[in-house]
Amino acid sequence: MFEEDQPRPLLEVRGITKQFAGVQALKGVDLQVLPGEVHCVMGQNGAGKSTLIKTLSGVHQPDGGEIRWEGKEISIPGPTAALDLGIATMYQELDVVDGLSVAENIFLGHERASGGVLHVKKTNAIARTLLKRLGHGGLSPSTEVGTLSAANKQIVSMARALSRDTKLIIMDEPSAILDSGEVANLFRVVRELTAQGIAVVYISHRLEEIRQIGDRISVIKDGRSTASGLSVTDTSRAELIRLMTGRDVENVFPEGTPVPSDAPIVLKVDNLELAGHFEDVSFTVRAGEIVGLAGLVGSKRSEILETIYGARKASSGTVSVNGKVLRPGSVPAAVDAGIGLSPEERKSQGLILDEPIFKNVTLSTFERFARSGYLNEKAERNAAREQIAALELRPADPDRPARTLSGGNQQKILLARWLVHGTPVLLLDEPTRGVDVGARAEIYALIRKLATAGTAIIVVSSEIEEVLGLADNVLVIDDGTVITQTKASDLDEHGVLDLVMKGSAA
Amino acid sequence: MSEQKTKVAEPRIDASADHSAPKANPLQSFLKGSGGRSLGLVIALVLLFVVGAITSGDRFLNPENMLTILRYASIIGVISIGVTFVITAGGIDLSVGSVMGLATVVATLTSVQLAATQSSWILMVLVALAVGAGAGLINGVVIAYGNVVAFIATLAMLVGARGLAELISGRSTQIVVNQDFLQVMRADFLGVPVLVWIFLLAAVAGWFLLNRTTFGRRTIAIGGNLEASRLAGIKVKRHLVYLYVLAGLAAGIAAVMMLGRTTAGTSTHGLLYELDAIAAVVVGGTLLIGGRGTIMGTVLGVLIFSTLTNVFIQNNLDTSVQALAKGVIIVVAVLLQQRFAASGKTRRAKTKPAKA
Repeated sequence: MFEEDQPRPLLEVRGITKQFAGVQALKGVDLQVLPGEVHCVMGQNGAGKSTLIKTLSGVHQPDGGEIRWEGKEISIPGPTAALDLGIATMYQELDVVDGLSVAENIFLGHERASGGVLHVKKTNAIARTLLKRLGHGGLSPSTEVGTLSAANKQIVSMARALSRDTKLIIMDEPSAILDSGEVANLFRVVRELTAQGIAVVYISHRLEEIRQIGDRISVIKDGRSTASGLSVTDTSRAELIRLMTGRDVENVFPEGTPVPSDAPIVLKVDNLELAGHFEDVSFTVRAGEIVGLAGLVGSKRSEILETIYGARKASSGTVSVNGKVLRPGSVPAAVDAGIGLSPEERKSQGLILDEPIFKNVTLSTFERFARSGYLNEKAERNAAREQIAALELRPADPDRPARTLSGGNQQKILLARWLVHGTPVLLLDEPTRGVDVGARAEIYALIRKLATAGTAIIVVSSEIEEVLGLADNVLVIDDGTVITQTKASDLDEHGVLDLVMKGSAA
Repeated sequence: MSEQKTKVAEPRIDASADHSAPKANPLQSFLKGSGGRSLGLVIALVLLFVVGAITSGDRFLNPENMLTILRYASIIGVISIGVTFVITAGGIDLSVGSVMGLATVVATLTSVQLAATQSSWILMVLVALAVGAGAGLINGVVIAYGNVVAFIATLAMLVGARGLAELISGRSTQIVVNQDFLQVMRADFLGVPVLVWIFLLAAVAGWFLLNRTTFGRRTIAIGGNLEASRLAGIKVKRHLVYLYVLAGLAAGIAAVMMLGRTTAGTSTHGLLYELDAIAAVVVGGTLLIGGRGTIMGTVLGVLIFSTLTNVFIQNNLDTSVQALAKGVIIVVAVLLQQRFAASGKTRRAKTKPAKA
């Protein structure tokens, strides 16, 4: 559709380069954005997406190349200059102030005031109009932003962009902090924006998402453009993966061997209930079996996992490992009995980021290596090294701080932690969140390998495709109730969604 | 599409960063670790000595005065070591000064002293330690199981313990009559006062506990990430209680030392010691947000402040000037600390853009 009457590009980036203290972050990136389009920028972690964004929003100055805005060559010396041009950026860590109201956040930095006195009524009125334009007229301008969900904070951030004369909004992985329902809403808002002629640069590495929302795609690999302005509809998934990773990724999900029906039941959950969240959850996991919990956000998948683990105290029902009933509400009891959890938020719940890899690996086992309270760091390091080799964790240096690792390798630290412990049960909450496409296949293969070795595994993921691809058996959960329990091969993504919709309707 | 030729560089920042390998030579790894951070403190201490030597000459640089500095440092030093543990775990204890005061009062009550005379001077020591540990236990339980913020819980103890000490003593000074106790506490061993030996022992024990034991690992883990520690199966609440008991116990030991030095128990002992202790800990390089603690740094921090005081006294300078200098040192030290922390984290790609 663009070929016929190609409009003048709003933004044109040609061959920009950027170097940081010895690291060439951008080696030549091209980007051409048309007014009113959703232009997706894809690339693995570390490909240079963030540096590109920061160059366009004035945070960094490029070393070489040129930037054209509405046909004129420009430089963007600082964030204010970018805003003045009409470029607004929505970072992953939303830059809203929790203590201020919705309206105050929208007009942060360009308050409507005379002589230092704020026009509260006028501010609220304009804010309301902006929110309506985004289809969120229900959001009150006087609400304190800290009380809002991440999704609504994004809306506030977008309203702020609209409050200036913005022509281009850059969104840095906006869906990373949202669940699937909220993502649908985000897409609706993005379409509202483009319908008003605003261009959106949408950064993501989720292929499915880009198919739904994008018009054209540019791909960056290792700081260089590998494709620029591809049509979303004409480019295959395999082609995109090849452009991003430089290699072909087939069968992302490893083939599982059927679990023998006489495999011992390792984990048994009986009528588990957490008042106000979920009730009557019962299932079993056999040795070597992967059970997936599928459901939309808010279906209480993670709550079920955390209750099994004892991080939340069940109001009734039992969890037993190898026939032994666990004391409810006690993580140490669960760990001692042989359950390991890889939590949803790896960085805030799983790792001590400034501590070395090996201390993170042995966080659950250092007492075991110690002799009457005296630490044995040598033994800990050796145990960590073994797992580093087995899981191909990179870099293979046990003394490297966990912070410096990529998402996929941080995930491997958590797997290594429980492998050292030797737990027969593993609970994996969002095992590939923040892990890029290339590394995902590796994590999937590892999880399958652990199962084949006899570990009983439960996987929770907000990506239904991931649950179905990885698990042998699936529990579909809606609003704290198990609505179906079946083989993963009997379901597809639409089937799960259908079940959930029916469940909600009833 | 552009095909610019550029120098080859690993695009992934995590892959290109260099970090100390386990086999690095010992000196190198020492300088990169806590030893390197302590080096700055040693330099500061040496500078203070130079200033002292220049301004006061022999009055400053003689063994007797060195012992004076150490004796002065010993009491606040023991308290600071206890506080180091709490701060390393991401907590705070504002009550240590008051608790020390309360312990001196309870240990010198007529009834306690009478019982001590009939049995042994050790009884007074045990009472002081029990008071300290007991107050710490209350702090710990209120914080860990009552979910009260440490700042508030120990602030309440700061006020409450002081009040209780005043009530019990009737705001009067209680003289230590037990001569055995005084004899032990005021004795020298190898020419060094017992108080200084206690400080030294506490420092060595503290260093060992923090760096070589599971107790220390738990402490650092909880300070580094409480939620991750909990989900890894560490009994976080119980450990928090232990930590505040430890800080209270250190205050109890300090109370015993105080009784030895001043020969009296009173509710005004230990006034504002909590702030001196926190200052020494932070100047020493322990992170206030937790996750990193150094006993060696704390000891050096305490020595810097006590040497400073000594230099000022030797030069007959106003205590107000001294307080001002202390304030400046704290700010400068924390600024330097942030610099260190920042340079340690350049590896996570926060490098400043290099000018081309």
